[in-house]
Amino acid sequence: MKLVKIDKKQWAEGLESLKKSFRLLGPVKEDSYYSFKALKEGEQPDFSFLNTRLSPKSLLFPQSEAIVEYSLDERDEDHHVMKAIETDDSPRAVLGIRPCDAKAVTLVNLNFDTSEYKDPYWVKALAATTFIGLACDTPKSTCFCTSVGCGPYHEEGLDLLLADEGETYLVKILTEKGGNFLSTAGLEAVDEDTTLFDAKKKAAEAKIISTIATDNLKGQDILDLHEAPFWEDISFACLNCGTCTYTCPTCWCFDLQDEIHGKSGKRFKNWDSCMFPLFTLHTTGHNPRGTKLQRVRQRFMHKLKYFVDKYDQGIMCVGCGRCVNQCPVNIDIRKVCALMNDHKVDEQACAVQE
Amino acid sequence: MQNPYVPYPVRIDDIEVATEDKSLKTFKYVFLNDGDEEKFSYQAGQFAELSVAGVGEIPIGIASSPVEKGFVKFTVFKAGVVTSHLHNMKVGDIMGLRGPLGNWYPWDFLEGKNILIVGGGFAFTTLRSSIVYMLDPANRPKFGNIDVVYGARTPGMLLYKNELVEWEKRDDINMHLTIDAPAEGWEYNVGFTPPVTEQKAPQGDDDTYAIVCGPPVMIKFTLPVLEKLGYAHDHIIMSLENRMKCGFGMCGRCGIGKELVCKDGPVFTLDQINQTPREY
Repeated sequence: MKLVKIDKKQWAEGLESLKKSFRLLGPVKEDSYYSFKALKEGEQPDFSFLNTRLSPKSLLFPQSEAIVEYSLDERDEDHHVMKAIETDDSPRAVLGIRPCDAKAVTLVNLNFDTSEYKDPYWVKALAATTFIGLACDTPKSTCFCTSVGCGPYHEEGLDLLLADEGETYLVKILTEKGGNFLSTAGLEAVDEDTTLFDAKKKAAEAKIISTIATDNLKGQDILDLHEAPFWEDISFACLNCGTCTYTCPTCWCFDLQDEIHGKSGKRFKNWDSCMFPLFTLHTTGHNPRGTKLQRVRQRFMHKLKYFVDKYDQGIMCVGCGRCVNQCPVNIDIRKVCALMNDHKVDEQACAVQE
Repeated sequence: MQNPYVPYPVRIDDIEVATEDKSLKTFKYVFLNDGDEEKFSYQAGQFAELSVAGVGEIPIGIASSPVEKGFVKFTVFKAGVVTSHLHNMKVGDIMGLRGPLGNWYPWDFLEGKNILIVGGGFAFTTLRSSIVYMLDPANRPKFGNIDVVYGARTPGMLLYKNELVEWEKRDDINMHLTIDAPAEGWEYNVGFTPPVTEQKAPQGDDDTYAIVCGPPVMIKFTLPVLEKLGYAHDHIIMSLENRMKCGFGMCGRCGIGKELVCKDGPVFTLDQINQTPREY
């Protein structure tokens, strides 16, 4: 791991020349919010953002992605035979991804890249992508990354980490991919000692004042948490709008749907949400998660308990605060986590019931 | 990299109406490409996604048996969008199969054990696969006694009736067929599956395992009967259903707690199910 310093002007020129060999994706301001977009000729990423409204997960896991195609025309020799759609897996770089969102990619990867099955659309897109992180010196009040195994200078999932320092970027080269990116850009990198970088990191971490405790989650019993009395209160105001799952960088659930136009069709992989009754509705009309209490419980149990037990890699949350910011009824995962973490079964209450 | 979303192309080789009310049909498929049948190598208890271009996919238990070669069979109840479309398809039509998916009844573990199979209605597909597998001459010596309780509303609602009659004649499998109410020409049991299980099934012991598959109401009343007969919860093996899309553990909807019915199941022991929030 090497730390270098790059002049911002040179960085901008380097990016422009990189567009010949990389597709560059970066934050761009749209109306009042930021989102990740493919950068056009002459367009630079706008790093004056706290975080994007939607997470950049869509760059690897699009909200709607055609995966299979077929012809329904019986005159075609291979009609009704379903074939994989070829994807563009040319090199690309995501510029200015926040460390929380980069860590989220590593968590979602646990779902899509397993020893038994691999989602080739995700795996190939991930392999083709270089992640250039942008450290956070100004957190939002809803950021709680430092207590969920992440942080404003966290390096997991990144190839380069940039820290803004006046007219320059301090750049930590984390992987070979990151090093290649810099050399392809022909950037003049001046070696830098870590004192300033480390001080900035420490100062940034100190600014994250919102924290959650997750230490008891693993030891909790699944059925005790599932039967806990607080789900009624937590879910009372929920509208089942799905904003939380839509904005979450770690939510990975999806649907498969066919779409036909005339005699040809495609099968799509579309984001889906555990907040929607249709997610689990059986054809018989039976629905194992038919009430909103069951659906809200599923979301938090998945993130804060099932995931913890299944992978032993902490919770399925990186502390980005998007769901906290954007939930229309102010359901706060930090409060839910506290209730789950502190939950104690009231033995006496059980005895009375029995 | 194997793409798990892309089905093997198959041709419908035969369609058979499976029940008198025509709500179930058995589809026989042959693979279009050489080598795909070998890749589709499966075990009794697994399922597959039947994939229809332009319509969608549906997870269905495999009704043919690993010992039957050259084709795969599925018996499908006409219920939703895909299955209704399927019921209107004809011999020769091209569609897809994704799989085999999920786990299976633990055949290696069950060697040397007595097996009780309890089935009801049209949940007899993977049980049929299992029975044909166990009765195969190469496999029959591996198992102890085999008892089968299978109930349906009427004789005409029993699946695979010809085979059931053949199995009745054998002395290496004890069949206990039953229908809900007396019917002309019916020479077997009359009554619901749970009481017939109580009367006819062998007592549970360390070496006897029950495989139970049926509608929820049958399961509800059969489990207490099995407990009464002495079957421990880790000796009762069940196959769950939930809404599925991908079938290989990624799309997230079929979870019953941290387990996914599609990948960690569909086969679980009652003991395992008891430790989940049972969201199925």
